[in-house]
Amino acid sequence: MTAGAVRAARPGAGLRATARIVAAVDGRGGTALPVLDGAGPFALRRLRPYGPGARVALVGAMSAPLGGDRLALTAEAGDGTALTFTTTAATLALPGRTGEPATYDTRIRVGDGAVLRWLPEPLISARGSDLRATTRVELAPTARLVLREEQILGRAGEEPGRLRSRLTVLRAGRVLFDQELAYGPGVPGWDGGAVLGGLRAVGQLLVVDPAFEARPAASRVLGEGAALMPLAGPAAVVGAVARDGLELRGALDRGWREFARECRDGGIWEQE
Amino acid sequence: MHLDHADAFPHRHTYSAADPHRPDGTRRALRIGLGGPVGSGKTATVAALCRELRDGLSLAVVTNDIYTREDAEFLLRNAVLPPERITAVETGACPHTAIRDDISANLEAVEDLEDAVGPLDLILVESGGDNLTATFSKGLVDAQIFVIDVAGGDDIPRKGGPGVTTADLLVVNKTDLAPYVGADLAGMARDAEAQRGGLPVVFTSLVTEGGVAPVVEWVRARLADWAVRP
Amino acid sequence: MGLDPDVLDGAPVPVPVAAPAPAPSAGSRAALLVLADGRFPAGGHAHSGGAEAAVKAGRIHDARTLEEFCRGRLHTTGLTAAALAAAAAAGVDPLALDDAADARTPAPALRAAARRLGRQLLRAARATWPSPELDALAAARPRGAHQPVVLGLAARAAGLGPPDAALAAGHETVSGSTTAAVRLLGLDPFDATAVLARLAPELDHVAARAAEAARRALGEGADALPAASAPLLDLMAEQHAAWAVRLFAS
Repeated sequence: MTAGAVRAARPGAGLRATARIVAAVDGRGGTALPVLDGAGPFALRRLRPYGPGARVALVGAMSAPLGGDRLALTAEAGDGTALTFTTTAATLALPGRTGEPATYDTRIRVGDGAVLRWLPEPLISARGSDLRATTRVELAPTARLVLREEQILGRAGEEPGRLRSRLTVLRAGRVLFDQELAYGPGVPGWDGGAVLGGLRAVGQLLVVDPAFEARPAASRVLGEGAALMPLAGPAAVVGAVARDGLELRGALDRGWREFARECRDGGIWEQE
Repeated sequence: MHLDHADAFPHRHTYSAADPHRPDGTRRALRIGLGGPVGSGKTATVAALCRELRDGLSLAVVTNDIYTREDAEFLLRNAVLPPERITAVETGACPHTAIRDDISANLEAVEDLEDAVGPLDLILVESGGDNLTATFSKGLVDAQIFVIDVAGGDDIPRKGGPGVTTADLLVVNKTDLAPYVGADLAGMARDAEAQRGGLPVVFTSLVTEGGVAPVVEWVRARLADWAVRP
Repeated sequence: MGLDPDVLDGAPVPVPVAAPAPAPSAGSRAALLVLADGRFPAGGHAHSGGAEAAVKAGRIHDARTLEEFCRGRLHTTGLTAAALAAAAAAGVDPLALDDAADARTPAPALRAAARRLGRQLLRAARATWPSPELDALAAARPRGAHQPVVLGLAARAAGLGPPDAALAAGHETVSGSTTAAVRLLGLDPFDATAVLARLAPELDHVAARAAEAARRALGEGADALPAASAPLLDLMAEQHAAWAVRLFAS
């Protein structure tokens, strides 16, 4: 895939943009970034690494996604690499001119022995927006992953737009985690007592680590709106709901500390 | 690798108590149900039976609590059996459903006990406290005991109801309280006999030494019958 | 990226599966009434479908809040369960569906409840509609398969098709919560039943979507099935499992 952004010729149609990150071992015990391609709303920046791993930040260069936009981001952490991905600001889904939904598709591969920490800032669904986000992660059998996902429904005091997302994680070709979430106008029951019950922030911290095979995480309730839940495979997720983004981040950070207390293995748990 | 399935249990072929054999062909344990109104002494009777029988027999207990684990925890606190021999079944606010209309959770519990701590000679299935119509399904137990007490009113045997009239054994408990509540024990015995058409009735006082003996005797007779049943 | 933007259920990588066996027998449509009857002895009466925790948290307190709770449940876990059931009824490999159900159930309390109920249903179904497919599932998953998968296979054994299996699974996700709310809140049972009646057209819609996804899963594998989930149901199930005192098992 070639990175780039194309404004469609037809007036009023959305933006098409792709970005691609490739991490590979540099032969000196570290991780290099041979591909760091992005255009349009995707500006990718190499950050100063803390250790042998590479760090990449996505800088929002323009407002996106707007309705009708088609965004695609791919990341490949090759065998033996360590990669951390962040964004410099929240991603704001806004309405477009056509009323068409926007799509944002993220595809991630993590190789054997590699560690990926995928830690973007929240996704905010603004009033009138309509976004379908999919994230598909394919993990090699010995890959490790920390993935944080935060969704904020509406800016402060604002009704949310429509947000539908699907997060699928496969490990060694088998599905480990598969979750679709849908909120906002036109989604039946989304604000009732089974789904969000009036809350406006929802997120999770998903951790996949082969070390869980020998020693699975124990499930535990982390206060009113969060729980650490071991999955059926070598993984666990901290799920959280909250009134706002600040409260949500607090809950996920508490979850992070729970993980860190149990497994100290090579810096994967050191927080930014 | 599936982290929810650490243990392995054998494949089961049986559906209900109709078959006296386990999937591996061995004879399963005798299952006796204990039902009766709230507070009549079912759990105390189970505890007393366990103390009397545990030395000679391999026992387990399934409780059906209204509120999860209350009765199971009473038995644990009193250390009548090791904890792995006691299982609590949750009943969704309907204890009679779990022992009569939908026995699936109780069947899972008795079979899991046999798998985990078996072979067993006897499993006592204690119902949650319920009303006078609560009886056990024949798909779940081989015999049932209905426990009432003198303080609940000496007219209960006369009123009848499926528990009083059809249980294989009727236990009238707390006879020590009869003088205080003005209960007419002889009248209760007469009424029970009339209602039950010859089925046995025993009177117990679990606060006295050996007070559960008549029930123990009846259970031993059922075990003897079970041993020779084809 | 190859994704149909209208339907997130479409996973981009098709997984080949073995051709399904035909349904064992053409059964009576009325078998659906037997299977979906709340009195079918498969353990459902002891589970509240999240309603007990929601009642305690104040999220269900009357017929209106019960309806919104059930609506959210129907369109999330209800859709997912209905699709798993429809796929099992259509002949998709039940073990692949069981794995798919695991991946769609992050809360361990809900996986445990689904397997416990699945085992109880398997017992009842094998006695009711004896079938080698049910026997094979019992042999492969002695601790129980996820209940919707068993339900779909039971429907298949009863000669019912995927749309009926989806209806039964979807109905169960809301009827159990409604019954529990009646017991827990003393709600007027007429009001509670009216909630189910109002949701009936939505249940039809969910079941149709589920059956359509099941049809695609025959070719593309279980990844094609919806994975709709509800954050509060997951979190409340974990809290509920930690309670010392409760009326319902889940």
